[in-house]
Amino acid sequence: MSGVRVILDQDKCVGSGQCVMTAPEVFDQRDEDGIAVLLTTAPDTGQTDVVREAAALCPALAITVRE
Amino acid sequence: MTSDTVPAFPMARAAGCPFDPPPELHRLQDEAPLSRVRLWDGSTPWLVTRYAEQRSLLADPRLSADVTRPGYPFPAPGRPTGAQKLGFILMDDPEHARLRRMVTAPFAIKRVEALRPAVQKIVDDLIDDLLAGPKPVDLVEAFALPVPSLVICALLGVPYADHDLFQGHSRNLISRSVPADQRGASFRALHDYLDRLLAQKTADPGDDLLSQLVTRVQAGELERSDAAGIGVLLLVAGHETTANMIALGTLALLEHPDQLALLRDGDDPKLVAGAVEELLRYLNITHTGRRRVALDDIEIAGVTIRAGDGLILANDIGNRDPGTFTDPGTLDLTRDARRHVAFGFGVHQCLGQPLARLELQVVYSTLYRRIPTLRRAAALADIPFKHDGAVYGVYELPVTW
Repeated sequence: MSGVRVILDQDKCVGSGQCVMTAPEVFDQRDEDGIAVLLTTAPDTGQTDVVREAAALCPALAITVRE
Repeated sequence: MTSDTVPAFPMARAAGCPFDPPPELHRLQDEAPLSRVRLWDGSTPWLVTRYAEQRSLLADPRLSADVTRPGYPFPAPGRPTGAQKLGFILMDDPEHARLRRMVTAPFAIKRVEALRPAVQKIVDDLIDDLLAGPKPVDLVEAFALPVPSLVICALLGVPYADHDLFQGHSRNLISRSVPADQRGASFRALHDYLDRLLAQKTADPGDDLLSQLVTRVQAGELERSDAAGIGVLLLVAGHETTANMIALGTLALLEHPDQLALLRDGDDPKLVAGAVEELLRYLNITHTGRRRVALDDIEIAGVTIRAGDGLILANDIGNRDPGTFTDPGTLDLTRDARRHVAFGFGVHQCLGQPLARLELQVVYSTLYRRIPTLRRAAALADIPFKHDGAVYGVYELPVTW
């Protein structure tokens, strides 16, 4: 079974860090300005729930999760 | 509905229910997601009371946070002038994003997490002082205010020795009962103070956020006055909000001893983190709502918001929306409350939230364990609540043990 694909729009990101708090294996933040970065675009299936939660918590609606 | 039948906002909380939003807000939320309210100046902006509509609108770029636009709903007399702008919170993108990104790095999750031992030491030292000092003692003065003040001072590079100056002016700035000219004077005093600090950092830079802003000014990316404005914003927001969450949170827990026991008798970091989210949801201290003005016509929940209409997004009642949170009036530290809107939503969501979370986690996991018999030293009815402030809380909290 394959997991989800994650798309991150860094132009929208406001660096709230909600995604890093929720799914630290999938998201990190840039040192210079706190903007989110993806550690993987295809996380393990075990990460699906937290990735969805990260997308729901993102205040800037910068995270899209595709099946 | 004529303007005399439109309910006045803000509304009063019910006597004896200091932790609950005003009953009138519950009634409006039951009736409809959006309704009209009347402000001090007779204007009738929209009040958004339900969680789903609040999130949707706060994330909508057709809403502006620009305080200088006609229709912006002012909480109190005294329209801020250009010189009084509280930095980027009252601006729109792209300028908002450009300025905000200059100060987001120190608030990144891992950078903030690295501060945990330092915050723990600040909390432990203050509790040592409490235990060695006289009792009863005012928890606000002796603990709730010093914790975030010390933390934000270290992060910004502001000398804590000046705390009488900046705490006094901060209090004025967020109070609705302080006259507009006095609030203006406090803003200018803080602005001048930050400007002097920036001058010192220019001559003698340190490893702190103000020194980083000086570098931006020197690079021509930031006006010196905007740098001072950002400094004022971070200093005020950095200690007032967290201080109120510490004191009001402690009082709420003392009134819910079964919940306090979970923190006092356990040491599971997950429970502590969840407890912080639930207390943020339940208390939602920014109780006069997020303010916006519509840039365009917006259709939502069966109504049309017209371009130029003011909006107040009442997060306190949004966090008590039964459509989103089961049994929302119950303080339940074990619930998953992470989707609360206590920090707002959209691009303006609180910049300092990772730092606030860290401070609250350390405080709530330490204070009641180290002082397990902590209790109120005054009747609940005699505790002065900040009904008049932009940020809710208690002016004093006498405690003993």
